[in-house]
Amino acid sequence: MRDVVVIGAGMTQFGELWNKSIKDIFVEAALKAIEDAGVDHIDSMYVGAMSPGLFVGQEHLGAVMADYLGVTPIPATHVESACASGGASFRQAFLEVASGASEIVLAGGVEKMTDGADVTEALATAADQEYEVYQGITFPGLYALIARAHMERYGTTREQLAAVAVKNHRNGAKNPNAQFRSEVTAEQVMKSTMVADPLRLLDCSPVSDGGAAVIVASMDVAKKLKKNPIRVIASAQSSDTIALHSRKDITTLNSVVKAAEKAYKIADKKPADIHLVEVHDCFTIAEIVTTEDLGFFEKGKGGEAAEKGWTSIECKRIPVNTSGGLKSKGHPVGATGVAQIIELYEQLNGTAGSRQVQGARVGMAQNMGGTGASCVIHILEAS
Amino acid sequence: MITARYHREIPQRYRLEAGKCLACGHLSFPPRLVCPECKAKKFETVTLSDEGTLVTFTVVRVASDKFSKETPFPVGIVELNGGVRVTAQIADANIDELKIGQKLRIVFRRIQDDGKAGILCYGYKAIMA
Ligand SMILES: [Zn+2]
Repeated sequence: MRDVVVIGAGMTQFGELWNKSIKDIFVEAALKAIEDAGVDHIDSMYVGAMSPGLFVGQEHLGAVMADYLGVTPIPATHVESACASGGASFRQAFLEVASGASEIVLAGGVEKMTDGADVTEALATAADQEYEVYQGITFPGLYALIARAHMERYGTTREQLAAVAVKNHRNGAKNPNAQFRSEVTAEQVMKSTMVADPLRLLDCSPVSDGGAAVIVASMDVAKKLKKNPIRVIASAQSSDTIALHSRKDITTLNSVVKAAEKAYKIADKKPADIHLVEVHDCFTIAEIVTTEDLGFFEKGKGGEAAEKGWTSIECKRIPVNTSGGLKSKGHPVGATGVAQIIELYEQLNGTAGSRQVQGARVGMAQNMGGTGASCVIHILEAS
Repeated sequence: MITARYHREIPQRYRLEAGKCLACGHLSFPPRLVCPECKAKKFETVTLSDEGTLVTFTVVRVASDKFSKETPFPVGIVELNGGVRVTAQIADANIDELKIGQKLRIVFRRIQDDGKAGILCYGYKAIMA
């Protein structure tokens, strides 16, 4: 496969965007990405979205967005892998350019969650509808099952979960596109409303609207545009059982382990070579488990790492979720995986402002669907 | 009204019927067409044990609209004797007394009204053994 690079990025503010439709949100992000890249056309596009049918009653999102972006008749496809839809969208664009089928492809993601749908029910469709959701379990509930098992087995503490939220809010406060630009204390996290024991409101990512898009291109295009190309040096995806209860070990997300193994091999990198990582912290426990399963910390030590500050921007052992993560930046489900790529793009270009990890040249993005029934991992490197 | 889907799911929901792989003995609940362990495609129907152990649990305090009247309710992963794990509500329990490792028994109860699977939806719940 040939070299593939990211040459432009754009996103909307994440938050409750009551005055904007799903079309407005996607097109705004896409136009920003196209302008940032400086391209006069795109050959094809992908739209990652988890469930526009349930959230706003609209499917066929590829065509909808191509129409409103004014780029018909190019190919336009809606990509769905639950909360990993954005990462899957980016991967499709990567593969299309890598294969030589296209030169310039837009990878976008969007979700409009605040238009009145039963968000808890819509999100729960990413779990096994017949054998999990039938029993009334919710997504916070499923991650709470993981959290309690992790606490029991490894001694992970309530304070360690809170440390993840505190750190991500501290980072998000520095991100102009974040939904919550405010810091929180561990005490606030641990006194917030209980949602699904032991997870509380401030352990959970919020309900958000938002869109994100990047322009993926061949190295030839990047050279012609005299762009500082950020290379995509690995794209890997894995799947796992849809139901959490079908797994032998529910404290490990096997799709994350498997996708990471592939990604490290393709990129010829190891965890110590990664300068920053965006992980899918839909709940605080998810950041603890994924930082272990990606190989940054020994299994069972993710909580301790968060509490000791090893994941902060300043510590530089492995800065995790410099963008604020899903927790603070917001989690418009289909946009999340693309927004992670945008954070890497800014960090590797040295334009992340007060969130900048000094000297960052290699970044990883880990995006997952459901309780990790799907996982998409990318590694990007500055040229 | 009994929908086709409701009717179809009766063997597993009411009778706890699983598929036992004839090649490797792995139990699949609900029954599947392909064994996840050895990929064989021949099964015999077996009935699962109604006794098991609590693997992990939570208490759902914010539910979807359909379950909002039931909150707070405990849900756990139960490992039935024989190894099959299921997600189930834990009924009639004192929430503060729930513990990982405790013995449970599966019973049949109403789970929800007017769900996607029919007007009255029954199924299994766990109770303290
Ligand atoms: Zn088998």
